[in-house]
Amino acid sequence: MAAVGEQRITYDARGLAEPHAEAPRTAKVTDGKATFDAHDLSTRQINLELRRLLYEEGITDVTVQNPGAKHSIGVGILTRCKITFDGSLGYFGCGLIDGPEIQINGRVGWSACENMMSGVVVVEGNAGSLTGAALRGGDLVVKGQVGARSGIDQKGGTIIVMGDAGSMTGFMMQRGRQILCGNVGPGLGDSMYDGTIYVGGKVKSLGIDCVPGEWTDVDTEFVNRKFSIYGLGDPPELQKFVCGKVLYSYDNLEPSERKLVL
Amino acid sequence: MCGIAGIIYRDGSHDIGRDMTRMLQSMKHRGPDSTGYALYGQPNDGLAVMRYTLADSNTPRDFEFDERLERHQGRVLQRLKAAGADIREHAQETEYAHRVTFAYDGDLKDLTDRIEDIPDAEVLSIGRSLEIIKDLGDADTVCAQYELDDFGGTHAIGHVRMATESDVDISGAHPYWAYPFKDVAVVHNGQLTNYFQWKRRLERSGHRFQSECDSEIIAVYLAEKMAEGADLESAMRDSLEELDGVFTYIAVTDDALGVAKDEMAAKPLVLYESDDVVVLASEEIAIRAVLDREIDTHDPYEGEVLVWQR
Repeated sequence: MAAVGEQRITYDARGLAEPHAEAPRTAKVTDGKATFDAHDLSTRQINLELRRLLYEEGITDVTVQNPGAKHSIGVGILTRCKITFDGSLGYFGCGLIDGPEIQINGRVGWSACENMMSGVVVVEGNAGSLTGAALRGGDLVVKGQVGARSGIDQKGGTIIVMGDAGSMTGFMMQRGRQILCGNVGPGLGDSMYDGTIYVGGKVKSLGIDCVPGEWTDVDTEFVNRKFSIYGLGDPPELQKFVCGKVLYSYDNLEPSERKLVL
Repeated sequence: MCGIAGIIYRDGSHDIGRDMTRMLQSMKHRGPDSTGYALYGQPNDGLAVMRYTLADSNTPRDFEFDERLERHQGRVLQRLKAAGADIREHAQETEYAHRVTFAYDGDLKDLTDRIEDIPDAEVLSIGRSLEIIKDLGDADTVCAQYELDDFGGTHAIGHVRMATESDVDISGAHPYWAYPFKDVAVVHNGQLTNYFQWKRRLERSGHRFQSECDSEIIAVYLAEKMAEGADLESAMRDSLEELDGVFTYIAVTDDALGVAKDEMAAKPLVLYESDDVVVLASEEIAIRAVLDREIDTHDPYEGEVLVWQR
């Protein structure tokens, strides 16, 4: 613990000193809504200010201006609230969140919303690669295009992309759904275990064990409902892709269960 | 990890040294070991500019170090004159790095080989407008050391290096000059898995390598292709087929800047393009370092080659 009058220094993951590790307390609060300008703040200061407002002040509607494509902003928010980023985020934005409703009026870099548990994230611009990696729940809407390997290792939730998607989209996907309205790069759904991918444009190639699926009324209802919720207009005509379940046979009984059956 | 960056203005000369420093410094976290620039200034009446080093900043300073540097420096100028170069200007940039301007119409390969035959001498670049500056430390350090803030020009590429497979020294730092072609340079982020195969093949064709770094293959590979008559874009397209591994690289000539991404799109690149300028970098935060406003960027896709003219 720092002595009185002594500046406390904390360290980031690489051991680099961050001398300004206190919440800057620059937010203006009006009618229960908070706004602060992140232009001159470090990543750590932005996140500390966010957390101070959400957890200490109990404010549930926060706007962050000028995030400046800085990395790792808005991570680990585990409460129901509304956050608006007026600008773009860098890598790892809004990862590990559980509950918030986030509006990003800009672009996001690689690995946005990684491991998101629940909530809603709407990105008005493009997103980089690995968008929604290991997504576990909630809805992630990207109104632009996304890079490669979106929804890699996805375990739940829904990813909606209004533009194109890159290679190996849905790689090793395990659960959840993706609605990709544009064209998709090579290796779609490669090595997927389960889940559903809907594609509106052309698919360059399917990955191993990704096969066309049979369209049902449930699919229509699901897609229409999601488009309606987010005001995305009428959905395009979509193809459905699922796991062929040749590569992995995890529908088989576990060894312990097999013993019981036998 | 490493970080790469490029900028090409379409509306004349700008402070590209300052711009590139800001971009590279903002990506210091991607590689603190060394920083390098390939800057394209205004051609100077057809004169060639050569940047070369005679030691590294971490070369042991033995008792004969200073005397050796002076002796080798003298031999460089001697050999330039002997090869027919008409030396117009010579500047010692640091204790061990030099910049020399000269008129020369002969064979660049022959000239380079003569210089590099001198112990510890390494030609970083020769060009009409290209100047490669690289050294250990971050961008602010290298910029201050070589006074790059006022370097004016139309386009530039840069690199911050996290050394993984070769030494922390100037030879291992990017950019790489496409020896022996004037005004061609490359920066790279990734790994090439058929490095040794291509190195042996290119060495048999008479090319030399300054380092043990796999990235140097790309520069020499492009040089080989261009020697066979390919333009920059087609040479870069060929590289997607013939170079294995994961990579994003930026290649640059006296009037063009191009980027290539491998088929897996495993290495990042963010791109901003307007009528006046094209800026690209491993992270958007580097683009924001020179364009401090909301901009519309995107990631090029797998297997893409994009080339812009200045």
